[in-house]
Amino acid sequence: MNCIIIDDEISARAIVKQLCANTPELDVIQEFDNAIEAIKFLNQQNIDLIFLDIHMPGFTGIDLVETLKNPPKIVMTTSDTDFAIAAYEYEAIVDYLVKPITPERFTKCIQKIKSSVVKRPILDSSKVSPNDTDSDLYINIDRRLIKLKLSEILTVEAKGDYIDIKTINQNYRVHTTLKKIKEKLPENIFLQIHRSFIINFTKIIDIEDNSVLIEKSVIPISRSNRPELMRRLNLL
Amino acid sequence: MITPNLNYIEELSGDDEAFKQNFISILKDEFPDEKSEYLENIAAKSSMEASLNVHKLKHKFNILGLEDSYHFAVTYEEELRGGSDKLHEEFLEILEIIDGFLKSI
Repeated sequence: MNCIIIDDEISARAIVKQLCANTPELDVIQEFDNAIEAIKFLNQQNIDLIFLDIHMPGFTGIDLVETLKNPPKIVMTTSDTDFAIAAYEYEAIVDYLVKPITPERFTKCIQKIKSSVVKRPILDSSKVSPNDTDSDLYINIDRRLIKLKLSEILTVEAKGDYIDIKTINQNYRVHTTLKKIKEKLPENIFLQIHRSFIINFTKIIDIEDNSVLIEKSVIPISRSNRPELMRRLNLL
Repeated sequence: MITPNLNYIEELSGDDEAFKQNFISILKDEFPDEKSEYLENIAAKSSMEASLNVHKLKHKFNILGLEDSYHFAVTYEEELRGGSDKLHEEFLEILEIIDGFLKSI
C-alpha cells in the first residue's frame, strides 16, 4: 500500500515512518507538515492510505477529510482521545491511533485495514442479572434526593471532592468520592478502569488499547485495571 | 519527582540504533523550540496559543514515559483554552525536567 504521512510535528512523522518501515506492506511515498500541501499532492497522485494528524495549525486533519471528494483510507493520529467520535463519523477513516503509537497497536491497525473488518468485543451479558439493571441509586443534590436507574448510568468520574455521574439523559455532579459510590454500584455491571473513572461496562461500544468508548465519551483505561476489564469481556 | 525514560523510543527502535539516535536528535531540536514558543505565549497572555503548544508538548511527555504528566497536561490544555494559566508553574517544572533529561542523553 502506498501511503503518506501528514503531521506538523517532525517527531510524530518520524514515529509513523519508522512503524511503516517495519511493515513490509507499506510504502511511504511522501510526508507533509501541513494539510494544504498534502491536498495538492493528493490531487495528482493515487494513494492507498493516509496517516493523518488531527491537530494542525490552520487546516486540520478533519478539514482535510471533508475536503477530499474520493478520499483513500485514512488512519487518524492524535494525542486526544476526545476526537475519536468525530473521526468515526467519516467513512474513509478506518482507524484511530492515539499517540504515542506502539508497534503492537500499529500492527493491529494494518491488519484491520487489510481485513477491513472492525473487531468489537462481545460482552458476557449473561453474567448481568436483570435485578441489577433494574435497581436504583439515590443521589443527594442541593438537599434533593434524585433517583437514578443503575442501568442508565454510563460513567462516573472523580472530580476532586466531587463526582460527575453521566447517565443516558443527564449529567449530575455530586459531593462524594469515587470510592463511596463504587461501594453502592453492583460489581457485575460497574468496573473501575482508571483511578478517576468507573464505567457501566454493559454500555461499552468499543475498546482501543488504552481507552473504551461509551456513548460519545472516550474513557482511559489504566494499565493496572486493564486485565480485570479484559477478564470481564467475553472475547472471541 | 518525575523521571523521563527512553522505554518507548527503545521499543520503537528495536535493533535500529540509527533510528534511535536520529529520533533523539529530533526531540532535542523540537522540544526547546516548542518550549520557547509556549513561554512566549504565556508571557504574552495568549492562552489559546499556549494551549496549542501544550497540546504538542504533551505528546513528548508520553514519548518519554511520563504518563501522569501527560494527564496533567491534558487538564492544563483545557484550562488554557478556558483562559486560565494557573497550572503554568507546575507545567514548567515538568518542562525543565525534560529539558535536563534531553541534555543529558
